[in-house]
Amino acid sequence: MLSRIAESLFWIGRYVERADGTARILDVHLERLNQLPLAEQRTVSANLMSVMGVDIREDESPPGLQQLVTRMAFDLQQPNSIAGSLSAARENARRARETVSAPVWESLNATWNGLTSHRQDVVGTYRFCTWVIERTATAQGMADSTMSRDDSWQFLALGRSLERADMTARMLATGDEEAFRLSWANMLRCAGAYESFLRSRRAAFGDTYAVEFLLLDRLFPRSVVSSLRQVEQALIALDPEYSRTGKMDSARRLVGQACTFLEYHHSDDLLGELPEHLERVRAACSGASDAITSKYFAQAAEQAWTGEHV
Amino acid sequence: MSDLFAEYPKAMQRSTAFDEMFSPDGQLRSEYSGVNDVLQSLTVPDVSARAETMARTFLDRGVTFDFAGEERAWPLDIVPRIIPGDEWNGISAGVAQRVKALEMFLNDVYDRMEIVRDGVMPRSLITTSAHFHREVHGFSTPGGVRVHISGIDLVRDDTGTFRVLEDNVRVPSGVSYVLENRRAIAKGLPEAFSGAAIRPVEEYPRRLLSALRRTAPEGVDDPTVVVLTPGVYNSAYFEHTLLAGMMGVELVEGRDLVCRANRVYMRTTEGEQRVDVIYKRLDDDFLDPLQFRADSMLGVPGIVNAARAGNVTIANAVGNGVADDKLVYTYVPDIIRYYMGEEPLIPNVDTFRLEEPEAREEVMDRLAELVVKPVDGSGGKGLVIGPAATREELEALRQKVLADPRGWIAQPVLQLSTVPTLADDTFGPRHVDLRPFAINDGDDVWVLPGGLTRVALTEGSLVVNSSQGGGSKDTWVVDEGGAETGEVSTAVPWSTRRAHRSTQRVWPSSFHTDANPSDAYDEQQQQQNQGGSPC
Repeated sequence: MLSRIAESLFWIGRYVERADGTARILDVHLERLNQLPLAEQRTVSANLMSVMGVDIREDESPPGLQQLVTRMAFDLQQPNSIAGSLSAARENARRARETVSAPVWESLNATWNGLTSHRQDVVGTYRFCTWVIERTATAQGMADSTMSRDDSWQFLALGRSLERADMTARMLATGDEEAFRLSWANMLRCAGAYESFLRSRRAAFGDTYAVEFLLLDRLFPRSVVSSLRQVEQALIALDPEYSRTGKMDSARRLVGQACTFLEYHHSDDLLGELPEHLERVRAACSGASDAITSKYFAQAAEQAWTGEHV
Repeated sequence: MSDLFAEYPKAMQRSTAFDEMFSPDGQLRSEYSGVNDVLQSLTVPDVSARAETMARTFLDRGVTFDFAGEERAWPLDIVPRIIPGDEWNGISAGVAQRVKALEMFLNDVYDRMEIVRDGVMPRSLITTSAHFHREVHGFSTPGGVRVHISGIDLVRDDTGTFRVLEDNVRVPSGVSYVLENRRAIAKGLPEAFSGAAIRPVEEYPRRLLSALRRTAPEGVDDPTVVVLTPGVYNSAYFEHTLLAGMMGVELVEGRDLVCRANRVYMRTTEGEQRVDVIYKRLDDDFLDPLQFRADSMLGVPGIVNAARAGNVTIANAVGNGVADDKLVYTYVPDIIRYYMGEEPLIPNVDTFRLEEPEAREEVMDRLAELVVKPVDGSGGKGLVIGPAATREELEALRQKVLADPRGWIAQPVLQLSTVPTLADDTFGPRHVDLRPFAINDGDDVWVLPGGLTRVALTEGSLVVNSSQGGGSKDTWVVDEGGAETGEVSTAVPWSTRRAHRSTQRVWPSSFHTDANPSDAYDEQQQQQNQGGSPC
């Protein structure tokens, strides 16, 4: 298939998943944040924006709830905000319109059309997040049920799982009670993992178990390890070339090594090591993304993006 | 200034009830000042839109109740009810005291009945209670607790004093609505939460599970807890699923359980699995066809004998109903004095015992101004409010009471306290009650901060049951000064937090490709975007 189209599909997968993850994180955090004293709100908002990689503009008032909500949810100029991600996903779908199925295109386009019709205060943000989670689930469900499992699907799935590993790593980072005032139970709620966690653990509550679940669980689809395995599977499907020794493409090596390390790592102090794990997971994800770009999209990147970056 | 409160002072004057938001001269009570600021800033369309969103969320989440055969969204009013922290501490202590006393009372009733021997209560009163079960006489419960979960109904009289209206120590329901109400209001009225120190309710399921596990039969290291529901047609089924889900335990029906050799097992795909603690959400009468109603399809044959053999904990214990018999209720202050040697912290509502001839005579004369209740009813079943009843209803009641005086009690009509409630695009005073929930794990009684506030949605009405058109309110226990103490942030800035991390690394060195790991980390916070390098 065309590199340009493949790249668009990859980024549709990433941006839709990013919008979904950001909406989940914002929804849960906002509920807690809103109950904190003002000074705490400012610190935690700033922390949250920095973990989510959102720019804090210098010229504005000190970050508070309103800035957090604007930057993370509604700001179309901010590429990582929910609205920014969804509009980038739609832009990509427009370019690959003949490749994605009509239901996928329609659901992304309808979402984009609805982006500006929301109240942009705290109450409105809750509704917006609920709406976004529903819309992204629709888009992903449509893709699941209407697209053939050919290469175009694999690129979509690849982007989605890569972004999911990255988003779950960010969710895990926000479970740091001292910086975010969020309980482990609510951190699990970000990932929609609370009920699954409870059923898997019976009465063994606690933050170590919660972290272990989101980082290492093999069965929960949003855990870091499961997401990395999904990345690996998509990469194998795209390039099934089998070699008897370890010679393989670098995206697959980066992801596979990180995933295998986590899977077989034994730890007595998971919480203490967590920052390093997250750091390495994110490094693996961004490295894999770069490797995928240079292997599959390189030409497209040169042609399409020359001059846009300084 | 919002016009939502325009009619409120006039409406307040129509009633003698204690209003929880405004004093009689119209002054705002201080605990409501934060909420008042928010409410005053809202407009009618905004309030209606928020109320509508909350109702739709409830419908979507399945937080509903049956109203005349129809599934309706759980009615939650947008104005929270607020109880100041220090006042709550008193209520909480009073509820705990009552639960402990009832626990001791039940242990005594099903053992040596010393309370009868010492002349505090007549034996016949206990043995004639519809819920006194001889089947469970003479054995102590495994785990040593009978009243694991209780709901003590409170009302506020016209002077603002909290009084106990009734005790629920069989299968108190409603706690799921407390949890759901808080979630809904947190999203429906977020402005009011800002900076208020509201005591959280979300730990309830964990407290419950911990209490159930602690009261498991002796010798069980890792007890298996289940919630036993009558099934999907029960009106509280939503609550059963919510609690089982939030505790992460199985929700079972009677047919999922089997008793063999006085042990209880559940049927699973991996064979039969031993069950140690059963949180029973089923009336005693239906629990065990071998002991109680033989025609019960909901129960588990043999379960009572398993409990008798000490192999399974049933929570709440079978036979608890004798303690929330409304005639026994009139003795609870004496029960507290007898077992605990303390004065009751929360008074009862004055009550006539219709068995006593003088009281009966007085009640018969004043039937039209009293509330008359059957002693074994719950949920307002069979209750007659004198002033609201017709002549025929009163006459029928008189015949019933005279035929069975043991079966009834009478109380004066209480003007329950009022809280502003949204109705017809304006706030009006509506009567409320309160059901705090207590959990007893054998060592300690923990009372959930707040509890379920039910509200009568028609002006002047005293009927708060949701099955009869009542609504509910989120109940906040608010500690004073919570908002102001936060001048300095105690949350750690992210950059500082990262700098203090341990430098010990566990990943193989081949992953450390960057010269300076902490710079690389800063860059990885950035999200990648289409077009190559992180922007």
